[in-house]
Amino acid sequence: MEVQALAFYLFALLVLFSGLSVVLARNPVHGVLWLIVAFLSAAGLFVLQGAEFIAMLMVIVYVGAVAVLFLFVVMMLDVDFAAFRAGMARYIPFGLLIGAVLLMVLGLEITDWKTSGLAADLRQSVAPAASETGNTTALGVLIYTDYVLLFQIAGLILLVAMIGAIVLTHRRRERVKRQDILSQIYRDPAKSVQLKDLGQRNGIGDD
Amino acid sequence: MIARDIATLLPELILAGYAMAALLWGVFAGRFRAAPVLIWMTALVFAGLAAWIGFSPEGTRTAFGGAFTDDAFARFSKVVILGASALTLLISRDFLEREKILKFEFPLLAAFAVLGMMIMVSASDLMVLYMGLELQSLSLYVLAAFHRNDLRSTEAGIKYFVLGALSSGLLLFGASLTYGYSGTTLFSGIAEAAGGSTPFGLLYGLVFILVGLAFKISAAPFHMWVPDVYEGAPTPVTAFFSTAPKIAAIGLFARLLIEAFAVASADWQLILAILAVSSMFLGAIAAIGQRNIKRLMAYSSIAHMGFALMGLAAGTPDGIRAMLVYMVIYVVMNLGTFAFILAMRRDGWAVTDIDALSMYSRQAPARALALLVLMFSLAGIVPMVGFFAKFYVFLAAVESGLILLAIAGGIASVIGAFYYLRIVYYMYFGEPTDPLDNRMPATGFGVMLASAAIMVIGAINLFNLVEFADVAASALFS
Repeated sequence: MEVQALAFYLFALLVLFSGLSVVLARNPVHGVLWLIVAFLSAAGLFVLQGAEFIAMLMVIVYVGAVAVLFLFVVMMLDVDFAAFRAGMARYIPFGLLIGAVLLMVLGLEITDWKTSGLAADLRQSVAPAASETGNTTALGVLIYTDYVLLFQIAGLILLVAMIGAIVLTHRRRERVKRQDILSQIYRDPAKSVQLKDLGQRNGIGDD
Repeated sequence: MIARDIATLLPELILAGYAMAALLWGVFAGRFRAAPVLIWMTALVFAGLAAWIGFSPEGTRTAFGGAFTDDAFARFSKVVILGASALTLLISRDFLEREKILKFEFPLLAAFAVLGMMIMVSASDLMVLYMGLELQSLSLYVLAAFHRNDLRSTEAGIKYFVLGALSSGLLLFGASLTYGYSGTTLFSGIAEAAGGSTPFGLLYGLVFILVGLAFKISAAPFHMWVPDVYEGAPTPVTAFFSTAPKIAAIGLFARLLIEAFAVASADWQLILAILAVSSMFLGAIAAIGQRNIKRLMAYSSIAHMGFALMGLAAGTPDGIRAMLVYMVIYVVMNLGTFAFILAMRRDGWAVTDIDALSMYSRQAPARALALLVLMFSLAGIVPMVGFFAKFYVFLAAVESGLILLAIAGGIASVIGAFYYLRIVYYMYFGEPTDPLDNRMPATGFGVMLASAAIMVIGAINLFNLVEFADVAASALFS
């Protein structure tokens, strides 16, 4: 118990500190690196909750793919982050106001939160019992049985995202030489090579 | 079990299968060559599915453990969504061709958006709701930016995307609070878990979900993206935005509130009444200064959503019936009006300025007359069908005790009549200017004439629309 509490406070403080550093970092690359720290500590928090699958997702998807993508974008695009920051003073009061409202909502929820009497049973009725399987197995079972509809719609959403990316960015370039593999494979030696019998003193042009 | 689930889901599966097959064919046939064929094919598939769903047997069927419901309400909404989308595709073709953006992805993205809408109106689970909504929204974001060489179109796409993502976030936050309270995402389960009381947790969830959905149906004060997106997006896309997605969003809104949050009806009635009043007044007043007909139609759609929300705010079967009737009539009027806007060109260039309509009656009397009928109907002037739409909504609001709301609606519709009538004024009494091109594609002209004719003839019995809507509305309450 002691170790768990210690780990919780460690990860929680790390999330808060690195989250703040993401916003305040002067160098955007440092910001992205802090973001990775935030993701990793959040993964630690999920492990403490017993949600090991989400922890894995955090590491694989967020750290492995999203953060690295961010890093590439930040380094490859010449975005003027100082210009972004210039408007910050103007929007800070508004941002603080929204933050305060959200904090108030959260506060009210934490102090006055009651779940329905039926909630525990309703939650249990969908998933296999936690004592029987780990949550990765349980999620796997649910996704391919009860939630197969959601899983398939998610696939369609990704397909639309792919079509969208192609529609909005793909340009057919003229005057670019592309390799045409089929025409290379089906090239026929009989058509490509001509054997000609040239007699003596005869050029190819005057036969 | 899975066989019955699939049988319930068959129309959606067919549409998904068609869209993917058409995608493959389009890629092989070539981007521009496949497009005209696919527009017709997709419209045909929409129409076929609409007919099939319309004549499918009565009753309520659920699939996937209650997450997906096929009832009279869903079927009614789906028929309207499919019909409106088919007509939108048909009237879009000419415009897309002339702007050189007739790519085969256009009908496909529309097909995926329609698939999302069909899932939305059938969703009876918060997760299915969100998935359908995202499938629809993502296709619409891409469609808004479809004219990618046009700065305004890309701006519209990005604006819509960012605000759409924000509203999805709010919706998800609300959904997670609701799940936290009730322990289930099924609508029936949420109602069961609430058990007659309206606890804090559920109310928080409800408020955030309402805000997220209000963004999607463009109700004031969550409307700021609408005029810019409507103006920037290519006109066929604007026509699409203002018809089918509205029905899907408000249908989903109604099902969610009635099936899951019925216990909190006193709370959401108040919120919806505020949304309705602010949308009606904002739509009526802010449109007065607009000279661009696409922006004008954007504000008009905000105002009309306010009237539809009034029916929903009543929260009774009569209210839902009035809302459905209102939406169907609104969509028919809008299709006719956009069929005309799509053909507004001067020297081959698309114009959207309402000054361009000056003395249009002298140049094309038939079209001017049709537009006059449509404008009168949009304004809700007495002999036209648009009046009956408002009449049913007001009636439902008064019957459930929302008299102040009905009075506010009356005032707003009088104010709003000004800008519709101003277009008529320009057409008949304006200063002569450079005339618009006379050419109008046959499909567009046909849709416009049919829509105008319906607005006049429908006054006799509304084509039994009220009875159909009645069956659909009572399915929600059973």
